[in-house]
Amino acid sequence: MEDAKKLEEFQAKIDADIKIEPKDWMPEKYRQNLVRQISQHAHSEIIGMQPEGNWLTRAPSLRSKKILMAKIQDEAGHGLYLYCAAETLGVSREQFLKWLHEGAAKYSSVFNYPTLTWADIGAIGWLVDGAAIVNQVSLQGTSYGPYSRAMVKICKEESFHQRQGYEIIADLSKGTEEQKQMAQDALNRWWWPSIMMFGPHDGDSAHSNQSLKWKIKRESNDELRQRYVDKTIHQGEILGLTFPDENLKLNEQTGHYDISPIDWDEFWNVVKGNGPGNRIRLAHHIKAHDDGAWVREAAIAYRNKMNAKSKIA
Amino acid sequence: MNTNLYTYCLRLADNGLILSHRIAEYCSAGPQLEEDLAITNVGLDLLGQAESFLKYAAEIKGGGITEDDLAYKRKEKDFLCVHLTEIPNFDYAYIMARQFLMDAFNFYLYSKLVNSKDDIIAGISAKAIKEVTYHLSRSSDWIVRLGQGTQESHQRIQTAFDELWMFTDELFESDEIEKSLEKEGIGVDSSTLKKDWQMKINEVFSLAGINVPKIEKHSLQYGKFGLHTEYLGYLLAEMQHIPLLYPDAKW
Amino acid sequence: MSEDNQGDLWEVFIQPKPGRPHKHAGSLHAYDKEMAMKSARDLYTRRQEGVGIWIVKAEEIISSQPDDSESFFDPANDKIYRHPTFYKLPEGAKHI
Repeated sequence: MEDAKKLEEFQAKIDADIKIEPKDWMPEKYRQNLVRQISQHAHSEIIGMQPEGNWLTRAPSLRSKKILMAKIQDEAGHGLYLYCAAETLGVSREQFLKWLHEGAAKYSSVFNYPTLTWADIGAIGWLVDGAAIVNQVSLQGTSYGPYSRAMVKICKEESFHQRQGYEIIADLSKGTEEQKQMAQDALNRWWWPSIMMFGPHDGDSAHSNQSLKWKIKRESNDELRQRYVDKTIHQGEILGLTFPDENLKLNEQTGHYDISPIDWDEFWNVVKGNGPGNRIRLAHHIKAHDDGAWVREAAIAYRNKMNAKSKIA
Repeated sequence: MNTNLYTYCLRLADNGLILSHRIAEYCSAGPQLEEDLAITNVGLDLLGQAESFLKYAAEIKGGGITEDDLAYKRKEKDFLCVHLTEIPNFDYAYIMARQFLMDAFNFYLYSKLVNSKDDIIAGISAKAIKEVTYHLSRSSDWIVRLGQGTQESHQRIQTAFDELWMFTDELFESDEIEKSLEKEGIGVDSSTLKKDWQMKINEVFSLAGINVPKIEKHSLQYGKFGLHTEYLGYLLAEMQHIPLLYPDAKW
Repeated sequence: MSEDNQGDLWEVFIQPKPGRPHKHAGSLHAYDKEMAMKSARDLYTRRQEGVGIWIVKAEEIISSQPDDSESFFDPANDKIYRHPTFYKLPEGAKHI
C-alpha cells in the first residue's frame, strides 16, 4: 500500500541518522511501533512510582525521605515527557490511559514485584534504575525526534537516581548484621527481575529486528543486558555482596560476564499478569484516575465558564 | 536550654513535617499527572522547612541529638503540630482545603517571621516565605476552580471546609510562650494573624462562591500543646516504623 | 461520568538565564492558562532551569510543512555571501 519510493527515502533518512519529526511522512508500522514502545515506557515510569511510594511514608530519615520524594516525582515527570512525546504520533493521553486500564498496554514487569523492606528501595535505584539507564542512554539516539529529546532530558535527570539507590545499599552493607542481610536479601530478589527488564533474547523478540532497522532501538536486548551485567557486578562486589547466580563469572575470552540461563517462564508469567503486584498496581492507578475524575471535570467546567464570560465581555 | 524557643521551633517544624507526610501519602494518587508533580513540590518545600526547624531545635536542645532523632524518636504527646495537619486525605477537596487553610496561615506567619531577631528563624523564614507565597497562590487557584466548577466539586469543597473549619480555631490560639517570644521580637503571637488570615479566606471564598462556615470556638484540646487527633498516632506509627524497629541501626 | 478529558496540550518555553532566548522545554496538559503556567513552573523549572517561562497552546502553533521544506529552505544554500567567511581580507587587517 505504502509508496515504495517514500519508504526508500524514509530508510535513507534513518540510515543517514536524520531524525524523523512528527509531521514527516513515516510508515504506519513505524508509527505503531513507536506508539507501543513510547507509551509502554511512559506507563512503566508511572506504575514504577508505586513500589517506591510504598516506602515513602516509612523512609527512615528526613534526608532519605526528601530524596525519595524528589525521585518519585521525577518519575512522574518522565512519564509525562514520554506521554507528550507519544502524543505527537496522533494518540491522545486519554487513549493511552484507557489502554493501560484495559490491560491492552504493557509496562515493565519489574514493577509487579513487591518492595518488602527499605533495602528494596536501594535495590530499585541501584539495579532497576541501573538497568533502565543502560537502555535510556542508548535510546537517546533513537530515530524519532520527540522520543530522542525526551530521552536526553530523562537521562540528565536520572543520573542521581542510581546513585541514590546504590548509596542506600552501600550504607546498609556497612551497617548492622541485620542491615547487611537486608541488603543481600534485596539483591537476591531484584537481581533476576532487573536482568529480565531487557526483554527476551534477540532471537525471540517480536519487534526487535524492525525496531533496530528503523533505529527506534539502537542496540539489541542482549547487548544492553550484557552491558548492564558487566558494569554492575563490580559495584556489588566492592560492597561484599553476592549475586544470586552460581554460574556468574568473567569469561576471559569475551571479557564479559557469563550468567545462568534466564527463567523465561517466570518472565512470561509476570508479563501475562500473574506477578505478585500486577493487579494491585493497576487497581491503584485506576482508582486514582477514577477518584480524580470529578476534579478534572471541575477544571473543565471552570474553564468553559470563564471562556463563556470572556466572550460576552 | 531556651525552652520557649525550643518549643516554638518544634511547633513550626511539626506543622511542616506532618503536612508534608500527608502529601507524601498522596504520591501517585493525584487527579492528573501534572497535579501529582505539583503537589509533591509543595510537600518537598514543607519537608525542607521542617528539617531546618528541627535542626535548629536539636541545636538548642544540645546533647548531640539530631533532627532525625526529633522526627523519628519523639512520642506522640511531644509532637506539637496543629490538628489541621493531621487530617487524612479523605478526598482531593479535603486535601486542597486543608492545604489552602494552612498556606494562608503560613503566609502571614512567615511574612512576620522574616523580621525575627533570631537570625536562624529569620533565615529559614526568608526562604519559606517565597515557597508559601507560591503554595497559597496555587491552592487559591484550585479552591476557586473547585468552588466554581461543577455542582459536585462545589458540594465537595464546601463540605470539606465545613468539616475542617473547626480546626482553624487552633491556628490562632496563643500561649505564654508565643506571647513572650513576640515581646522579644523572636516569634509571633498567633492570635495577631487571625484578621489578615480571615480576610484572605473571605476573598478567595467569595471568588469561589463558598460560604464561610459558622462555627464558633470548638476545641477543648490542641495539637500545638501536645494533645492530638486520633489520626496522628497511626501516622507516626508508620513514619517512625523503621527507626523504632531497629533502634541501633543508622539509616 | 463523562468521557475522560485530560485538558489541552500546551508547549513550554524556558528562558535559562536573563538575556538568553526562550527555548522549547517540553509539553504538558492543563485546563486553563493559569494552571498551565503553574504546571510549567512545577514541571520544567524544578532544577533551576529557568528565569522565565512562555506557554502556548499546542494547537495555536503554526508549523512549516515538511513538504515545503525544499522550496522553503534550499534556496538559502547558495547565498554564501551572507556569511562573513565568504570575504577575502588583506593580510594584516584586524578588528573587522
